[in-house]
Amino acid sequence: MKTQPIDQFACTLPPEKRQSVYNGTKATHEKRTKLLAGDFADPDRLRQLAGEVKQHVIENLDTLLPQVEERLTAGGAQVHWAADAAAARRHVLAILQRRGATRLVKAKTMVSEEIELAPFLEAHGIECLETDLGEFIVQIDHDHPSHIVRPIIHKNRREIATSFEKNGLGAYNDAPEVITRRAREFMRKKYLAADAGMTGANFVVAESGRLVVVTNEGNSRFSLAAPKCHIALVGIEKLLPRDRDLALFLNLLARSATAQQLTVYTEFIRGPRAAGQPDGPEEMHVIFVDNGRTDVLAGECREILRCIRCGACMNVCPVYRQVSGHAYRSVYPGPVGAVLSPLLAGEDFLEKADLPKASSLCGACNEVCPVNIPIPDLLLRLRDKGKRAGAASPGLPPMGPWALLASQPVVWKAALIGGRLLDYIPPGLIPVPAMHAWAASRTLPKWRGGVFRKWLRQREKRKTETGERKA
Amino acid sequence: MNDDREVILSRMRGALAPLRKRAAYPNFPDDVAVMREVVDWKDPWSVFCERTRLVNGESMERVEDVVALLKANHWLHGYCDPQLWPRLAPAFGPEFTVETAFDRTRVDDYQFGITRAVGAIAETGTLILSDASTSCRLGALAPWVHIAVLRREEVMANMAQAVALLGDDPNIIWVTGPSKTADVEGILIEGVHGPGRQIALLLG
Ligand code: SF4
Repeated sequence: MKTQPIDQFACTLPPEKRQSVYNGTKATHEKRTKLLAGDFADPDRLRQLAGEVKQHVIENLDTLLPQVEERLTAGGAQVHWAADAAAARRHVLAILQRRGATRLVKAKTMVSEEIELAPFLEAHGIECLETDLGEFIVQIDHDHPSHIVRPIIHKNRREIATSFEKNGLGAYNDAPEVITRRAREFMRKKYLAADAGMTGANFVVAESGRLVVVTNEGNSRFSLAAPKCHIALVGIEKLLPRDRDLALFLNLLARSATAQQLTVYTEFIRGPRAAGQPDGPEEMHVIFVDNGRTDVLAGECREILRCIRCGACMNVCPVYRQVSGHAYRSVYPGPVGAVLSPLLAGEDFLEKADLPKASSLCGACNEVCPVNIPIPDLLLRLRDKGKRAGAASPGLPPMGPWALLASQPVVWKAALIGGRLLDYIPPGLIPVPAMHAWAASRTLPKWRGGVFRKWLRQREKRKTETGERKA
Repeated sequence: MNDDREVILSRMRGALAPLRKRAAYPNFPDDVAVMREVVDWKDPWSVFCERTRLVNGESMERVEDVVALLKANHWLHGYCDPQLWPRLAPAFGPEFTVETAFDRTRVDDYQFGITRAVGAIAETGTLILSDASTSCRLGALAPWVHIAVLRREEVMANMAQAVALLGDDPNIIWVTGPSKTADVEGILIEGVHGPGRQIALLLG
């Protein structure tokens, strides 16, 4: 019996990384909760409402998507469709090649990670630069983001300063302010030289064809101020029906993601720049990416498509806090990833089938989710799906002996007495092989068998006595 | 590749066909997410000033104050929207070099940029810039200091009102304080790619 891949990864995580992740997630989660409760009389009602709006969206995508396509085209954008990752990559390459573009600056988009865009473009001779500070550091380190909102939550300043030095961004200096200034200097030259800028979209409004992009650093704004061409990569589930929904969603997103009332830059884009505006794209492309989403829509976990990628569920998750993001071996970690990653894996579902099991089903993710996704229910459905598909079972002790113990009072009493021996036998010597795997990563508490019965008997005795005294 | 459109839409119709009923769009008022303590505030500009301070934004009512701040920091070279400059110029002394055309080959020459805002949101301390109001996007973004000029009556109470007025402009950006990051160990640093100082200036 062997442990699951996610557990194996967790065992190898250096303690200081675990600590960085733990501190970062906990602080954001606590601030988020305070802010929501302070600003709104009934924040839960807002989460439920937002959940209803998004459920409406995913169940009406077949009418909303053509509607948004029509609005975007009317605004002067060109709309493309990509059924899978390869098609999405081809669209981006074709747009760039048509313009003779060789330099792309990229704001954060999870879809680009999903379709592994950067290595593909580099192989075709196109420089593809991440401009979000965290994503940039991930890029120069040849690492992967470990959190969807805070990609380098697993890194400390010393590691970052070392990679800056290695990459010719100045002599070693680990002051966060110096690191940030150096990135600023380096990046603005890149923006100005770039032929195209890429963004994702946090929301796309069907009634107006408005793309909404939020960032704190201003990198997406720069990517849409300097280059002449804008390419937006958008998952097909990102829609909102109406502009009025934005007030609700922007309020929830900023608080859930980064514990802010509003993200610093919230950009609403309806098309190429206005006539008379000297800066910004003269050409705008929107690529709607499916890449497994319609399969999710057809399945029994479609609620996960409500997700607005805020990261709140990972910040609160006791498992994520211990194992960090890379243990999920996917673009989307944490509770949302435990549902979405196996589903998006398609034929490789079984490789990710351990993820839904890495949860105590405590329900915290559901409670913080700004679109109220019942993640624990979805995890259970996926466990079931995994079982039926023949996923490997993790190291659990067999339940047969337990059934025997629990149904025979004599055996039970004998076991209670014999159990004391466990205090003296190291778990490795327990003569049941199945127990080894299970006990390897756990320490047993001191044996307390029989204590409850004793306590109950005495409690009843005491009750009778005090009862008598009162009388 | 354009067949992908049909592929996606037909998969989608297939996925949704078995649903007996589609989830309806819920009913809710436009102001459902308006912050409670801000709802009844009367003078939006003073609320704006208070709230923008919370996100390290600044607000000023006199152009002389802006000039004094720039001088004190030796920020003497800047860009100004050509339509605004005639009104502001008298307050700027001869030590200043202010250009009314932004030269993108010298972005780092400009220490400040002055452009017009179309409005502001009191509730969040947010400035609203649009393509129609902003004489040049880079002038409001690349310099260390951005000064956004607006009128008192252009300040709206809350986000719901601002959303209702988004309109047709191809590009609107809401700016809530200076550019910031907390990517390195969660420590807040301002002035990442955009301005490190974000100032709202009242015009008359
Ligand atoms: S599942 Fe919910 S909490 Fe998690 S990232 Fe998505 S929207 Fe946020």
